Amino acid sequence: MKEPEVTLELALEHGLTEEEYNRVLKILGRTPTFTELGIFSVMWSEHCSYKNSIAQLKTLPRSGGRLLVAAGEENAGLIDIGDDLAVAFKIESHNHPSAVEPYQGAATGVGGIMRDIFTMGARPIASLNSLRFGSLSDARTRYLFDGVVRGIGDYGNSFGVPTVAGEVYFDESYQGNPLVNAMAVGIVNKKHVASAVAKGVGNPVMIVGSSTGRDGIHGATFASEEISEKSESKRPSVQVGDPFTEKLLLEATLEIIKNGWLVGIQDMGAAGISCSTSEMSAKGNAGMKINLDRVPLREDGMTAYEIMLSESQERMLCCVKKGYEDKVKQVFDKWDLNCEIIGEVTDDGLLHIDYQGERKATIPAFELVLGGGAPVYIREQKEPEYLKETRKFNQNTLPEPKDLNEAFLKVFSSPNIVSKRWVYEQYDTMVRTNTIVGPGCDAAVIYIKGKNKALAMKTDCNSRYVYLNPKEGTKIAVAECARNIVCSGGVPLGVTNCLNFGNPYKPEVYWQFAQAIAGMGEACRKFETPVTGGNVSFYNESPDTAVYPTPTIGMVGLVEDLSHITTSYFKNEGDIIYLLGEDREEVGGSEYLKIIHNIVAGDSPQINLNEEKKLQETLLNLIRKGLVKSAHDISEGGIAAALAECCIINQEKQIGCEVEIPVKSRKDFSLFSESQSRVIISTSESDSLKLEPELRQSGISFLKLGVVKGSSFKIKDILEIKLSELSDIYFNTIPKIMSGEE
Amino acid sequence: MKPKFGVVVFPGSNCDYDAYYAIKKILDQDVTFLWHKENNLDEANVIILPGGFSYGDYLRTGAIARFSPIMNSVIDFAHKGGIVIGICNGFQILLEAGLLPGVMLRNMSLQFVCKDVYLSTENRNTFFSNEIQIEKKAIKIPIAHGEGNYYASDDVLKSLQENNQIIFRYSDSSGKISDEVNPNGSLMNIAGIINKQGNVLGMMPHPERACDPVLNKTDGQFIFKSIINYLTN
Repeated sequence: MKEPEVTLELALEHGLTEEEYNRVLKILGRTPTFTELGIFSVMWSEHCSYKNSIAQLKTLPRSGGRLLVAAGEENAGLIDIGDDLAVAFKIESHNHPSAVEPYQGAATGVGGIMRDIFTMGARPIASLNSLRFGSLSDARTRYLFDGVVRGIGDYGNSFGVPTVAGEVYFDESYQGNPLVNAMAVGIVNKKHVASAVAKGVGNPVMIVGSSTGRDGIHGATFASEEISEKSESKRPSVQVGDPFTEKLLLEATLEIIKNGWLVGIQDMGAAGISCSTSEMSAKGNAGMKINLDRVPLREDGMTAYEIMLSESQERMLCCVKKGYEDKVKQVFDKWDLNCEIIGEVTDDGLLHIDYQGERKATIPAFELVLGGGAPVYIREQKEPEYLKETRKFNQNTLPEPKDLNEAFLKVFSSPNIVSKRWVYEQYDTMVRTNTIVGPGCDAAVIYIKGKNKALAMKTDCNSRYVYLNPKEGTKIAVAECARNIVCSGGVPLGVTNCLNFGNPYKPEVYWQFAQAIAGMGEACRKFETPVTGGNVSFYNESPDTAVYPTPTIGMVGLVEDLSHITTSYFKNEGDIIYLLGEDREEVGGSEYLKIIHNIVAGDSPQINLNEEKKLQETLLNLIRKGLVKSAHDISEGGIAAALAECCIINQEKQIGCEVEIPVKSRKDFSLFSESQSRVIISTSESDSLKLEPELRQSGISFLKLGVVKGSSFKIKDILEIKLSELSDIYFNTIPKIMSGEE
Repeated sequence: MKPKFGVVVFPGSNCDYDAYYAIKKILDQDVTFLWHKENNLDEANVIILPGGFSYGDYLRTGAIARFSPIMNSVIDFAHKGGIVIGICNGFQILLEAGLLPGVMLRNMSLQFVCKDVYLSTENRNTFFSNEIQIEKKAIKIPIAHGEGNYYASDDVLKSLQENNQIIFRYSDSSGKISDEVNPNGSLMNIAGIINKQGNVLGMMPHPERACDPVLNKTDGQFIFKSIINYLTN
């Protein structure tokens, strides 16, 4: 087959700019071949090159603490957790594929992030996710929601890693462009950490795992443009997942890494062979000679261009120590997986690609990759106009609801607040028998077998706050995630981020992005949680809407002693309930404002990072002293929703409460304010005598709210609701909507 | 003498290690893995077919696994009276292999379901349930499956009942059986059955997930302890 002639027009069609195409001409000193053009276009796509984000990302704290591998150096970050163990974790988006093919889009998102973890030599121990959809009253949203949850479930359930925590939000801004962010956490013995590098002249390069087909060609490029009516036609860009093969690949990969037969290994995600060969070579200051005739193919007649760009899943590229090829092959044979030598390492820094007796590409590997020759842009910034409007909002002009019982039930019924049990019961949350605290509490807690330790983990982001105030909203996302870890008894260790934004070429979007990164950096420095890596997803726009800027935070914490594990629900009648932190009557951007008044405006709540840090340190200290029976952070729906959750989250033992809450100017503000740095805790009556002096000494503000008792949720002079009614709303709202009953 | 457990490892098994860990570390028994391509049972006295997705299960669950080399040996072992327990995917494989009667349909909800459930013990006089005291109205053990909707013809059901082969049924925490607590649509809330001879158990709930006290549930130990009790006394 004759290849198309490479011209500027063809380059533009591939998503390269004129400037970038000229750069390719300069690098090569000639017109690229069709295959080379394909390679440059995917490697320099936003998805692979981070060309519009890397300058900002470099301002984040990316070292320090217990960090062993800094952001961007390997497939995932690595943090020391003692006992010769390290934890690897990362979050990644699969938004665009999920928008057109929710099931496979989400499934392959899980598969991709799992590979990032086990290519490090780490065994995945938990999976998390952060999902955002349009309004649940819309039929297409329900279709996407159902498909995404099934996709995540079917992949993770078969692969055998528990899906233990996450978040699901519904908002019109995500109508045309849902967000599907998947996170994975793994554990590795520090002696068996693998690196994504190729070096040592003559060392063989092997492709292992699935064979290569035509699926997913240009997936990375598709992910680097806005979603439009034409996107439906991009469905073939979506890959198809095979969790069974991934399970085999996992076992085989860990076996060869542990045996020390590898120089390096990298998974094949976006941009397939192009990305893995160029990145591994560039990292090792080496080159590679690759013969594509040796690549196991799924179909006949594939061109070099297609093989280089295929994003077929469940594949890895290994650089093997010379002489160990047969041993590696034996392991893959045992697991019935392909394992072929497709080339070898060279010392000329060039990527040579041969196919059917022809040289199809010769490119300096360094020129293709992030940190090498890939372009870096700093874009123009402009504060968006809408902020002028949203800042004008004055909450004192809001009418006060007459019936607060009714208003509360309405807010509490919001799909953003009610239990996501409909989602997480479709996930295997317990396989591997380490899940001490599964979904439904502030953070998941996963046991480290054989040690008296556990890991706490969570994802968080209130994107409405980020929309109203990108910098403060992002600080809140980090603070809330850390607060959730602390409420569960853990010390925050590090952060991975998934930055979902619109088109970076729009100055307003780039301003949001830069502000968010600035806020994230500040918060992460305060909590001493370095950013270990993550992923940027731009172009989250559809013809109707741009999504709210959504910098999802994934965090992992260490529970240093199993006795520190704390859950969010009330435990026993007679226990005393306290509020830690202070209300500032902030309803800007709140769920209350949206649900009751149908307004998204105002400023995000304030966040004082010093105050937050002090709150977290105090709480952790109290937990370690064994004085805290339950701890739950206050977020969407305010203190009212938080207290109600404390009563009913544990379905096996629901207990009511009788509390009094301070009212400053208005009851509705006090109930629903989303002021930050607040936690509800409970303690036994006798321990409360020890707890109060500790709290006084700490200097944080606190208040005794009342007592755990009865079968109603009672806030003195404001509202009283039977637990059975609350429980029905909390656990059955989403199932009813999904089965068409509402 | 301690009995020796053998945990079969199909390539897509994902509860194999959990079963191994529960038996070795929590119950302090001898246990070994049995690779699916082998046919040697390594002198195990009890065979466990663990949960997971044996060969991917893109076809019918367990449909391919039953033809594996190790299964030929397991079938022989069972026919000779050896103790076999199939958990979740293992139960599905036992049905496919004809060691237990009936079939599994997709859950009534058409969704995968993972949660803790309660089981009422219908027959305490078996190799697998003799340690469950009469005072224990229900045991709490998690399920995690997409195809656990047990179905059989009327004749088969009748014979299961007559021979006391139904061991576990989904119930509430007091042992009461109703449609509300049936998680998957199984006929008669069936969660676990044995063969006529009583040496083969298939159950959808995962006892190995309810053994370690760290996880705050230990009722799964009853099942393994019953087997140990039978084999050592």
